[in-house]
Amino acid sequence: MPQLIKIEGERASTVDDLFTFVADEDAVPAAGDVIVTLARLSSEGDALLSSGRRVGVRLQPSDAVEDLAYDLGALAVIELAFAKFRDGRPYSSARVLRGRLNYQGELRAVGDVLREQALHMVRCGFNAFEPADGSTAEQWLAAAHRYRHVYQRAADDREPVFVERAQIASGLGHNRPDEVGV
Amino acid sequence: MYRYDSLDKEMLTDRSNEFRHQAARRLSGEITEDQFKPLRLMNGLYLQLHAYMLRIAIPFGTLNTKQLRRLAWVAKTYDKGYGHFTTRTNLQLHWIKLRDAPDILDALAEVDLHAIQTSGNCIRNITADPYAGATADEIDDPRVWVEAMRQWSTNHPEYSYLPRKFKIAVTAAEKDRAAIRSYDVGLHLRRTRDGELSFEVMVGGGQGRTPYLAKTIREHLPAGRLLSYLDAVLRVYNRQSRRDNIHKQRIKILVATLGVEEFTRQVEAEWALIEGADIDLPDTELARIRAAFMPCAFDPQPASSPVFEAAKADPEFARFTRRNVHPHKVPGYAIVDISLKVPGETPGDASSEQMDLVADLADAYSQGEVRINYTQNLVLPHVKLADVPAIYAALKPAGLATANMDLITDIIACPGLDYCTLANARAIPVAQSIAKRFADPERAEQIGDLKINISGCINACGHHHLGAIGILGVDKKGEEYYQLSLGGSGGDDAELAKILGPAMSGPAIPDAIETLVETYIVHRKDGERFLDTVRRTGLQPFKEAVYASAD
Ligand code: SF4
Repeated sequence: MPQLIKIEGERASTVDDLFTFVADEDAVPAAGDVIVTLARLSSEGDALLSSGRRVGVRLQPSDAVEDLAYDLGALAVIELAFAKFRDGRPYSSARVLRGRLNYQGELRAVGDVLREQALHMVRCGFNAFEPADGSTAEQWLAAAHRYRHVYQRAADDREPVFVERAQIASGLGHNRPDEVGV
Repeated sequence: MYRYDSLDKEMLTDRSNEFRHQAARRLSGEITEDQFKPLRLMNGLYLQLHAYMLRIAIPFGTLNTKQLRRLAWVAKTYDKGYGHFTTRTNLQLHWIKLRDAPDILDALAEVDLHAIQTSGNCIRNITADPYAGATADEIDDPRVWVEAMRQWSTNHPEYSYLPRKFKIAVTAAEKDRAAIRSYDVGLHLRRTRDGELSFEVMVGGGQGRTPYLAKTIREHLPAGRLLSYLDAVLRVYNRQSRRDNIHKQRIKILVATLGVEEFTRQVEAEWALIEGADIDLPDTELARIRAAFMPCAFDPQPASSPVFEAAKADPEFARFTRRNVHPHKVPGYAIVDISLKVPGETPGDASSEQMDLVADLADAYSQGEVRINYTQNLVLPHVKLADVPAIYAALKPAGLATANMDLITDIIACPGLDYCTLANARAIPVAQSIAKRFADPERAEQIGDLKINISGCINACGHHHLGAIGILGVDKKGEEYYQLSLGGSGGDDAELAKILGPAMSGPAIPDAIETLVETYIVHRKDGERFLDTVRRTGLQPFKEAVYASAD
């Protein structure tokens, strides 16, 4: 069975992937959890979602996540495909899903998914990964935590440097105040 | 000037550790060159014709003397003892070994320097007016906003894999000394009638094979909302731009394709939905940054200096003051340009010894601060008039006192075929041959302001579209040829240069420039610069003269 890395806060684990991806040209299996394309979700979504199994969708970089707005509550998982690791559109898709559409469920990165992009993916709200480079859960977690500080707010709950600075200035931070200055 | 605090420093340490790790994985073969490429590019490391090239960022074009000395040391220790200052106020070292790169980045990080995002499809090092904080005509220090954007854009999780590179420049003075309309985003800071700081936001400028000047998408953006507005611009770009043709992936193409009205509509719609409060810096952080850019107190000086005036008896010093010394906002002070354009040398190159000397002079006379100008020259921003003669005397024996700012010998040139894999033709020898032809400083001054820009290929790193005379290297059946264009400018009077006629061989260039200059002198009216004459008469007289004499 294919495996996935899942990240929850500071923990990473490897789990079995219970879903089957069904391409447009294939028939949906009679039973079992499935992930379908956006096209199939729009045409067969109602039937699938009421067939008593878990249903997810896989979006390509050019698909608009806004199209999922009405189905979000019913979807068990959303996969965003990285056609090439250089194609950065899924990062924006993830931010819009988490921040604007308030999607709370599992968000997977699939396709050309490499460890060096782990930090950006986690920060944009991905929490499940199918690495194409054979990375282990530990390696993935380490890559996602290489930086002690971040400069922007994103879909994770890390506070940016300017908030850390303000906390240090008001004596709440963990750095020694004498280290801080301009 | 601004210094990184412990948080910024820890980020730099983490960055260079990350890169050391990645380089080791590459050297051991664990990752492929294809996978390594974007990682090294985001750390400024290019593979060029002969070696790796490291592009080091000089944020806001501002260096303290410790940093400049460290650059000199790195150039001496890991390269051939010189570096090349570029039109994006970076320093390039052209002879680097991959295995040294992590040590170099560590050495740079110790003095708060880095190569983060100096290449790759991300938000690049942001540039500003080289006279920031010193010029009388500015309404705010633009570096405050550059620093705000540096923080926002560093390691940005959403915008590190953009369709193409993304460059931003800021001006906060009336006069645009940063060529902002040739950038993906150009920002012009002004005060509104009720005294609020506000940005004019221009989008979609760029050079390369389809040059555009940026178009205004918002006249008045409250300055404090800058980051969230940029976020909206970047999100529209990241989501909407083509990704199927590398030549059509800059934002200028998206703006041209959608039309500026539709692009603006999409940005405004996105901005309305963005949580600005999450992105825009709080006033306290802006105030902290602003305080950090305050210059030290200026010793009160008499508005004029007898020492300075007396030294002008030397006609060469007098010329230096006319070309390289500019008014400062504080009476009795001046901004001093240091030319890296010695006729016959490589434009923008400085040796380690020269960098050390400039650092010494900055410590002695300029509050320990040095600037890099996009024209590939250095600047001492805070100099007492009375000290200018001593500075000149020290610069002269080091080959740094050429009095040619904005003159025909102050040529901007990219590295071209001597270094760059993309080049069609060499740029440096062409610059050298022109500068040698016009090396007589008196003649150069009589000709007056005349910008020549040379690029070795259509990528336009030498900004040839923005030259009063632009020279572009083209490949003609395997030979190096050069296409001339006239009438360009990147400043307040920004316009793209127009092609003069068929390309010509390298050896023909100095004569052609000579002919252009003679034609200008025949046609010029009182006080007209070369650019003004070209724009008034059009290209015709110049075209006739150049191609008639070539026949
Ligand atoms: S303009 Fe072309 S030749 Fe010159 S540096 Fe840029 S890419 Fe290289």
